[in-house]
Amino acid sequence: MIETRGLSVRLGEREVVRDVGLRVRRGEWLAIIGPNGAGKSTLLKAVMGLVAHRGDVTLSGRPAAGLKPRERARLLAYAPQTPALPPDMTVFDYALLGRTPYIPYLGRESRHDRDVTASVLDRLDLGALAARPVGELSGGERQRVVLARALVQQAPVLLLDEPTTALDLGHQQQVLELVDRLRRADGLTVVTTLHDLTVAGLYADALLLLADGRAVASGDPAQVLTEELVGRHFDAHVKIEPGPDGRPVVLLVRGGS
Amino acid sequence: MATQAGPSRARPLWVAGALGVLAASMIAGLLDGAADISPWQVVLQAVDWLPFVHVDSGLAPVEQGLLYELRLPRVLVAAVVGGLLAMAGAAYQGVFRNPLADPYLLGAAAGAGLAATVAIVALPAVAQSIPVAAFIGAVGGVFLAYMLGNTAGRAGGTATLVLAGVAVTSFLTAIQTFVQQFKVEELQRIYSWILGDVGGGWDQLWLVLPYAVVSTVLLLLHGRMLDVLSVGDEEATSLGLRAARVRFAVLLAASLATAAAVAVSGLIGFVGIVVPHVVRRLAGGSYRIVLPLSLIGGAAFLVLADLVARTVLAPAELPIGVVTMFVGAPFFVAVLRMTRRAVA
Repeated sequence: MIETRGLSVRLGEREVVRDVGLRVRRGEWLAIIGPNGAGKSTLLKAVMGLVAHRGDVTLSGRPAAGLKPRERARLLAYAPQTPALPPDMTVFDYALLGRTPYIPYLGRESRHDRDVTASVLDRLDLGALAARPVGELSGGERQRVVLARALVQQAPVLLLDEPTTALDLGHQQQVLELVDRLRRADGLTVVTTLHDLTVAGLYADALLLLADGRAVASGDPAQVLTEELVGRHFDAHVKIEPGPDGRPVVLLVRGGS
Repeated sequence: MATQAGPSRARPLWVAGALGVLAASMIAGLLDGAADISPWQVVLQAVDWLPFVHVDSGLAPVEQGLLYELRLPRVLVAAVVGGLLAMAGAAYQGVFRNPLADPYLLGAAAGAGLAATVAIVALPAVAQSIPVAAFIGAVGGVFLAYMLGNTAGRAGGTATLVLAGVAVTSFLTAIQTFVQQFKVEELQRIYSWILGDVGGGWDQLWLVLPYAVVSTVLLLLHGRMLDVLSVGDEEATSLGLRAARVRFAVLLAASLATAAAVAVSGLIGFVGIVVPHVVRRLAGGSYRIVLPLSLIGGAAFLVLADLVARTVLAPAELPIGVVTMFVGAPFFVAVLRMTRRAVA
């Protein structure tokens, strides 16, 4: 579904992403993990085509470099870490932005565009909030609205940059369960950055550990979340145990360093 | 529960209400000061002016002449200028995602001011040269700022564009001040031009109308694009929009509107900020609402401002720019307070 080869991004003087190759199959959930400043968000932006990069990105077998912005937007839906939510905009209008790649430049949305938007809002229990300005929503509702916009885009791939950053434990779980449910129902491919390692291991099929811009490990959660790898690249003292479902649980250990 | 709400758009009721306010203020503008003419006669006369319609308003030919040659063009110029400035202001706020942006942000005012000053100083006898010079100056000022902003910073970024506008404005204002020192005897004419005047007559109206129509159509078509742009360049790009291209098109149309307005009326302040915000507060934040309603609301606002300018010190006239600021600022504060209570 998504494949990158030799992907590198230079921001100013610094090489933020270096020679990253990744591969995500259709319907798979890949979580990109790594310490602060490892280049996780930048990697996501490079796949989305939002930053200049070297190397190849292939989407559904087509080289991404040859795609027009609208074509790319029909293949990939992207939600940044801190999305700009214009406070005056209604929830419906905001979700409708996801139809942009289907609406002609100076044209207006069709009935189909409105129907898709309305059905996604209903599906995410946002129907009752449709006429409310997004500035009046709670943190959990906002995250759902951002997700709604991405789903309205009807792209087969969701790129979510830290979808749970500002959320409490319960809302984190709700959002990630929702993403997982939608993924299974619609056969979506999901790529997220996640800073919580246990959460990443719990939801993703595969992990990619990024450190200093390089992909230092990848594979299923148990392969990547090892005391040795996490200890070295996060500079942390941790203990990793199998959880109730066999997936690794990362515990901090006091007195380390 | 199925979602009932749809996309925001200017509701017919709002548009009709705004048009009603505009019509009322235009009739008031026509009526003022003319001795012994009733509002009803003005309405009849206005209907009579429509093509293919003939109504007897009962007005004497002299009164008809006064209305047609003096009042009507004045009211129409005020309406066109007010509408253009308010709509251009809304567009600038959308492009820069900044509520304080106004149509003069990118050097249109300073460019027009310099060019008009040069015209007044160099060709004092040729009054017709002023609007042409102001138009060219306004377009030139924006062009300079846009080129500077795009070569100095990251291509298409808004922050450098605003800074370039500030730099161009102070540079051109400095030259303008320098030029006007040479002809101190023209100072009053220069200042009264800067403070605004919509009494130019039919010629001025025909001068701006083509630009007004083109820029209005272009801007109204870009309402949805400005909504997309309001999530920022990066997200707009991820939605398949070429942000820099949209920004260029909108700035071009809005600057054309501003230049046309400035050419016939001087530098009337505050309309471009106050009207779009009032519309936003009352009717909603989508640019599909804000652009058309700012057009109508700005027209009504400036017609009324001109009415005040002509009447408070009659027979003397206040500069209209003084009125828009004097009346506009408290009105703006009142609307902000009123709607804050409604929301809370």
